[in-house]
Amino acid sequence: MELKTKIHAENGQHDLVITREFDLPLELLFKAYEEPELVEQWMGTKVLKLDNKKHGGYQFETSDAKGNVVFKANGTIHEFVPNQKITRTFEMENAPFDVQLEFLEFEQLSSDTSKLTMHVVYRSVALRDQMLQLPFAQGINMAHNRLQNIVNQLK
Amino acid sequence: MNLRRDVFQAIADPTRRAILLLVASQALTAGAIASNFDTARPTVSKHLQILTECELLEQKQNGREIYYHINAKKMKDVADFIEPFRQMWDDRFNKLEAIMKNYKPKK
Repeated sequence: MELKTKIHAENGQHDLVITREFDLPLELLFKAYEEPELVEQWMGTKVLKLDNKKHGGYQFETSDAKGNVVFKANGTIHEFVPNQKITRTFEMENAPFDVQLEFLEFEQLSSDTSKLTMHVVYRSVALRDQMLQLPFAQGINMAHNRLQNIVNQLK
Repeated sequence: MNLRRDVFQAIADPTRRAILLLVASQALTAGAIASNFDTARPTVSKHLQILTECELLEQKQNGREIYYHINAKKMKDVADFIEPFRQMWDDRFNKLEAIMKNYKPKK
């Protein structure tokens, strides 16, 4: 079975490429990045700010069931070309990881399918490897959503 | 490898991933870790036991307290750590796809 999401990470490099093909028209795929309410839904985080334009920026925050903030991230938007490209930084707050640079490219494959290519550049090889090895670090919001569901079921 | 449990299985659990993230930023006692979760204390203890058995966490005695540390070396030793990273993105994108398939544009 062909994997829909692929990761390309070469040894000794300080970047990686994530590619994903979607059963969605290009415009819908891009919209999921454009509208804060949609970002909140699929990222499972609260969007405090999303200013999608050059010199713009964003701020995400995730809380657990008790209302404690468990994840905070922010970044600056360098390029925002609808249905084509987003260039931005990503930084987790209160975490020992340096900021990373992300190039997101959106392509139409057919009228109903599209592709996202995400090129992520880290400060060092060690940092990239650390991020690869700690999937829960970025997946924390998802983890906490699931956690919350589990906890709610127990109540 | 004398692992009672598979490392990938260990980190596939969201609570255990959350525990690893907590401990990644600083060494903590079992009590301090448990206080971050609504989950029952014995459940957290069980998760800590699994993570320790997989050697992803190490226990270090500090005075009367036992602190849990991340075992960075073990993390590195695991052959293909890209798979859970890939799965994390795959889950996220699957969600995006499902949400957008049901998206009704506001006219």
